Amino acid sequence: MSDDTADHELRISKIRDGTVIDHIRGGQALNVLAILGIDGSRGEEVSVGMNVPSDRLARKDVVKVEGRELSQGEVDVLSLIAPDATINIVREYEVEEKSRVERPEVVEDVLECPNAGCITAADEPVTTRFEVLEDGVRCAYCGAIVREDIAELIRE
Amino acid sequence: MRHDHLITSKQLSRGDITEVLDHAAEIADDPGAVLEKHAGTLLGLLFFEPSTRTKMSFETAMKRLGGDVVDMGSIESSSVKKGETLADTVRVIEGYADALVLRHPREGAPKMASEYVDVPLVNAGDGAGHHPSQTLLDLYTIRENAGLEDLSVGIMGDLKYGRTVHSLAYALTKFDASQHFISPESLQLPREVVYDLHQNGATVREHGDLESILPTLDVLYVTRIQQERFPDENEYRKVAGEYRIDAGTLEAADDDLTVMHPLPRVDEIAPEVDDTGHAAYFEQAHNGVPVRMALLDLLLGDSDE
Repeated sequence: MSDDTADHELRISKIRDGTVIDHIRGGQALNVLAILGIDGSRGEEVSVGMNVPSDRLARKDVVKVEGRELSQGEVDVLSLIAPDATINIVREYEVEEKSRVERPEVVEDVLECPNAGCITAADEPVTTRFEVLEDGVRCAYCGAIVREDIAELIRE
Repeated sequence: MRHDHLITSKQLSRGDITEVLDHAAEIADDPGAVLEKHAGTLLGLLFFEPSTRTKMSFETAMKRLGGDVVDMGSIESSSVKKGETLADTVRVIEGYADALVLRHPREGAPKMASEYVDVPLVNAGDGAGHHPSQTLLDLYTIRENAGLEDLSVGIMGDLKYGRTVHSLAYALTKFDASQHFISPESLQLPREVVYDLHQNGATVREHGDLESILPTLDVLYVTRIQQERFPDENEYRKVAGEYRIDAGTLEAADDDLTVMHPLPRVDEIAPEVDDTGHAAYFEQAHNGVPVRMALLDLLLGDSDE
């Protein structure tokens, strides 16, 4: 167990079954929760650590969600705002799977294009598709590039 | 050319472009050779925005190849008015026509439409996006007047919303042209276009006025600044006046400068320029026919012979 893990373990209790998203860039935890559609209104058990000292990142955020395992689509979008994150799937208090997020080449049906003139913003049977750039995402239809506030484009 | 559809000029290699331009030159030299080549072929015209030159030159091109057109007509008189989706409209008209030409106010509409049809589809302008067949005729005109080697091109006017500008700038990177972008600050190139130009190794040189750069140019490509892009009429008049070309402006230019414009113009090029050796914009409009004939011939292939 590394020092920084021990450090945040002091602040956040263990979960029994669910997901621990670690090594989120400091200050991005609430965006991660937004991606997962978690706002606490449905009674989910959620722990959030923000700006915790870390060896790998100067400051990191940690999110623990009880009773929830992430889908691939969720991990894909997570990778856009938290590229250094590690995802731990926990079952019966044990880490069953541990993985780093990987940036996909394309994210489909997850983000909405911010360009109001884009065909994907019209009432057409079209699935949104974004190419993942080094520092942002790009709509595969209209070509719009988004570098900041990607979390705000997550479809309802 | 190994493409099913023509959606943006970004998909075209230098070889693809040269193939179309060479074929257009052959057709311009001997139109009789392709006169009945596509007899019986029908081109579907779907124009969701007004058009004169693009629509008429596609129609002329198809007819000069021996084919004919079926035209959706204005959207006021079509089922679009009843709320039909574009995806449905193109799938219906695909059943009537051998190829489709689409103009649409929304960016990305031709790309989406192309995912629903098997016949070749040409983007004839999508919002502020792309207009690749215009680019081919622009390049043809540049090649005829100035050549495409060691070229210095100034592109002036509305660079933000001008789809002909975006398509042309992408394509000019394939010829390593030196490009200068002259516009008011509020109408500079969108960052998406700048990104693509950088990706293709181009240097983006932006200028607030034409004066300093004019003497170095081989080609000056002028576009219209539209009043609706400005909050008030006075501001529009002030800006538009600064980007107007007349015979006096061109005294500082090289004798061989070629002045182009995708037309329609309003007053950004004074009529007196028409009679100088610089004006190539009417020739440019006429070139739409052989270039679109070449494009359609290559997209349709020999399947309907």
